[in-house]
Amino acid sequence: MAILVDETTRVLYQGLTGAAGRFYGLANRDYGTQVVAGTNPRKAGTDVEGIPIFATVGDAVRETGATVSCIFVPAPGVRDAVMEAAEGGVELVVCITEGVPAHDQAWFYNKLRRDFPSVSLLGPNCPGVITPGRCNIGITAGHIAEPGGPVGIVSRSGTLTYQALYELKQCAIGVTTCVGIGGDPVPGTTFVDCLGHFEDDPETAAVMLIGEIGGSAEEEAAAFIAASMTKPVVAYVAGATAPPGKKMGHAGAIVSGGKGTAAAKIDALRAAGAHVGANPTEAGELMARLIADLPPTVRGA
Amino acid sequence: MDLFEYQGKQFLAGYGIAVPSGEAVTTVDAAVAAADGLGYPVVVKAQVLVGGRGKAGGIKLASDAAQCRAHASRILGMDIKGHTVATVWVERATDIAEEYYASFTLDRSAKMHLGLLSARGGVDIETVAADEPEALVRLHIDPVDGLSESATRAWVARAGLNPAAVEGTVEILGKLYRAYCEGDADLVEINPLVLSTAGAVRALDAKVTLDANSMFRHPGYERYDATQVRDEREAAAHERGLQYVGLDGSVGIVANGAGLAMSTVDIVSQVGGAPANFLDIGGGADATVMAGALEVINDDPAVRSIFINIFGGITKGEEVANGIVEALGRVVIEAPIVIRLDGTNAEAGRAILAPHLGERLVVEPTMLDAARRAVALAGAGSS
Repeated sequence: MAILVDETTRVLYQGLTGAAGRFYGLANRDYGTQVVAGTNPRKAGTDVEGIPIFATVGDAVRETGATVSCIFVPAPGVRDAVMEAAEGGVELVVCITEGVPAHDQAWFYNKLRRDFPSVSLLGPNCPGVITPGRCNIGITAGHIAEPGGPVGIVSRSGTLTYQALYELKQCAIGVTTCVGIGGDPVPGTTFVDCLGHFEDDPETAAVMLIGEIGGSAEEEAAAFIAASMTKPVVAYVAGATAPPGKKMGHAGAIVSGGKGTAAAKIDALRAAGAHVGANPTEAGELMARLIADLPPTVRGA
Repeated sequence: MDLFEYQGKQFLAGYGIAVPSGEAVTTVDAAVAAADGLGYPVVVKAQVLVGGRGKAGGIKLASDAAQCRAHASRILGMDIKGHTVATVWVERATDIAEEYYASFTLDRSAKMHLGLLSARGGVDIETVAADEPEALVRLHIDPVDGLSESATRAWVARAGLNPAAVEGTVEILGKLYRAYCEGDADLVEINPLVLSTAGAVRALDAKVTLDANSMFRHPGYERYDATQVRDEREAAAHERGLQYVGLDGSVGIVANGAGLAMSTVDIVSQVGGAPANFLDIGGGADATVMAGALEVINDDPAVRSIFINIFGGITKGEEVANGIVEALGRVVIEAPIVIRLDGTNAEAGRAILAPHLGERLVVEPTMLDAARRAVALAGAGSS
């Protein structure tokens, strides 16, 4: 099962002909991902190491049956690339690109929700999604992820996503799916979306959530955990010792209310019943103890 | 990027919003000359990126040249909450009948834009929000639809402004939303938005934060970037394209990704150390970036040890290792370096480092081990 992606997922890359797209597209294929196409209007008909290049996402979807698009195009082109992917007919858009203006993010998030309600967006500025041993889409170093289960990971920070995978591997704990939702102002997929998927996934028995200071995504996750999660959650929130940064004027402070600090997020998560580690290593150890206490049938994988 | 008030007013004026005429100056003589040109009375306003200027004595009314000279000489060079006043904005005084508050920003929870409007402006708006939440009228705006004039009218009606201010406010809010969207602002805030005794509505203050990620379509924003207030270390890091925040400790930190960098600061504190900085070399950093990061940290005299914490995704291990070796060849790094390197091509990276390892350059297998080692070395270095 896993969530979002598995070995049957067919993926195309917008930006496969660029340096980063090529490196990670090929790395994803080496991992075992079904990398079926790339797009570039000026290079249609050519190929990247055997992966056919099409002019548009629509063409690529028609010819290859791709259901996921992974975006590596530079930030100025992301808004158009996201819309091209949705119009082209994919079900999931994974946007790796960082530095996308916040106004573009807010615009395409709302445009997708309204005009393409069946299309999901992950990112921008995210490491992607990996179902270890089966499918890796994005920039995660696949070898650090232990296949199997029973833990699902969802993280706002790229490098902390890798750290979480690494910590679990050190404890010999497998991962069903690891989703990096990205830390940008308007993430297409939220903690709450992923917690819901993991709650519904029979292969996932527990969830590790990696948050960071700013915004209110962790508080919203805590509310969801309290109301709708039966599976245990272990969390870590980065930035506990960060000095108070520049706040975004009064309007920003009003929007976030008292939320946004690591202490407030940790309190909210604890109050919701989540186990919170002081650092990634401690979170990994908390998860190891929790898994050991699960019935063997659930622990399996 | 936070703009100074005078830059914010110029930014808003560019979208047709009425602001008092004025001039930004850096000397007392220029302040008096500006005031003479504008006509008295004038207001002399300290230009610093911090609130509470008025209470600190940074905003003064002058009714003649002598007063202007006295105020400008006191305000220029003044310290307001750690910010030294280098520029004053001299503007023609406005006769105020009423003061309002207006802003647009992104509501990250709702994933929409949020307009805030209040008939109680001119004061600390956070106090209004806490004490009289109903006095702060909110409007969520779908970015795809934008803000229509009819929605603006209904919003202004809810805020209960003086009828004489309604037309002018509707017009300014339309322009302000345009400035917010077309200008790629994270925040535009006017406090106070005033109704003058002559019946005109205008922006008496401007707080504008621009999205640095939008500079590719706003080449003119380079001029705002050039006036950002940074300490010496931050300026050196910014020149090299590094995300850096100076702290007060002795363990210099280099990490890739904001989350890992924050987590590294946390873990150094948790094992009893004091971080000297937060430094994120970003995704895909190459050898030059790593060498630049080490130079910035090396220039901080408080640093006693350096902790390089890299988990490669888009950043490649051999690039990190090459950068460290390059930096060691280019400058004399004073403090011992502790490295934790995992992820993409980490083994290749560790192989490149192997011949250089010794007392001054050590590799630890985990983040926690590396933090403890760096903290121990910082302690040893300071004794």
